[in-house]
Amino acid sequence: MPTEKQVISVTDITRQIKMSLEQRFPRVWIQGEISNFKQHTSGHLYFTLKDEGAQISATMWRSRAAGLLFTPEDGMKVIARGGITVYPPRGSYQVDVEQLTPVGIGELQLAFERLKQKLAAEGLFDEGRKRPLPSFPERIGIITSETGAALQDMRTVLSRRFPCVTVLLMPVRVQGAGASDEIAQALKELNQYRNVDVIIVGRGGGSLEDLWAFNEEVVARAIAASEIPVVSAVGHEIDFTIADFVADLRAPTPSAAAELVVPDRLELLEVIRNNEYTMRQALAQMITAKRERVRSLVSSYALNRPRDLIREFVQRIDELQRSIGTNFAHRYERMAQDVESLGKRLIAVSPGNILKRGYAIVRKGDAIVTHAKELRPKDETVIEFQDGKVETQVK
Amino acid sequence: MGTKKVQRGSFEHSLKRLEEIVESLEEGKASLDEAVGLYEEGIQLSKECAEKLKATELKIRKLAKSAGGDFEVTDLDQE
Repeated sequence: MPTEKQVISVTDITRQIKMSLEQRFPRVWIQGEISNFKQHTSGHLYFTLKDEGAQISATMWRSRAAGLLFTPEDGMKVIARGGITVYPPRGSYQVDVEQLTPVGIGELQLAFERLKQKLAAEGLFDEGRKRPLPSFPERIGIITSETGAALQDMRTVLSRRFPCVTVLLMPVRVQGAGASDEIAQALKELNQYRNVDVIIVGRGGGSLEDLWAFNEEVVARAIAASEIPVVSAVGHEIDFTIADFVADLRAPTPSAAAELVVPDRLELLEVIRNNEYTMRQALAQMITAKRERVRSLVSSYALNRPRDLIREFVQRIDELQRSIGTNFAHRYERMAQDVESLGKRLIAVSPGNILKRGYAIVRKGDAIVTHAKELRPKDETVIEFQDGKVETQVK
Repeated sequence: MGTKKVQRGSFEHSLKRLEEIVESLEEGKASLDEAVGLYEEGIQLSKECAEKLKATELKIRKLAKSAGGDFEVTDLDQE
């Protein structure tokens, strides 16, 4: 035996093969036809995947097989997702299947209905689970293909309706092997990131197979687990996916999702303008009302009492003045009458008048003689009559 | 995040406050001084809101989680 050649054991080579294969193919998607399908009493599934050129053994453990929404049969076309494993005791390799998806419309339709029933039974589609979308999102998370028409459509609508938002795109593949895992992962990561107000997950229209990622349980569960409201936006109008049922809101198309998620800027501007108008009106009305109030207060009885009092006083004074005037006139008149009658009486008793009645005044020098004894014989006197004086001598 | 609070200074917050102001002005229960204060605040808010709405360019960024677990936000080269 040549010493240069290194000899290794069967176990060693098998271990190296195992490491090599398992590291090289930790996760693959293999499409093929099922044959030799056996369900062991343990619940594990054993079958062969084959096509025209080759075949490969496959196992699916009970825990994973329990999640299957269809019963695999010989001749069924499927896509198996899993890793390659090597089983040293038998020197064989196989696919350790994690997920099995039927290919072909009939099977897909069946799987769709089964998953729908299962999730509905769990309550994942309940109306009560649906959360309202934010009225005015500032940041929108979008999970879709970076190169798809869906992104462009949403971008166009958002730019037109409400361009003041920020869009955070998490690019994913939206069809083909692994798409559902990427979508689910993106949903999880956006929830870790947290800083978005709403998430749109979707893609443009396509065949049932194209849209299949949105019918996968892993996507449905990621949507259900999202703490941020999720809007599904898959395909055209008529395509309903499982994602649509779980989402907080289903939009028929990506464009429609964008419409539903943001308000219309022009409508909002109108609302704001109306608010301004209402405020202005309300304030103007208030000022007018207050002005009226002030006016009515100014003319109120209470406030006008002083002025009224003054007016009353003025009137009173006028009246008083007037009455004083009359009183005075009356008194004057009366006094004038008194004076007149006194004058008359005075005139009546004046010496002249007395003389007229036949009396005479006797004077001795300047003094009036009022008694006979004042006179002696030979006294010279003057007697005054009404019509003149006579000089006389007492005998 | 259904219970997420409306952030002060956010568009939603401003608009909500604006609506409150309009309502209380319409009610007419505030004193004139208060009403004038509310009116001034309201006009200010409506200006801010209108200003925000005037932004014309949609900001679009790419978000990716790096291997280290941090999030990276990069500009999206498109169009």
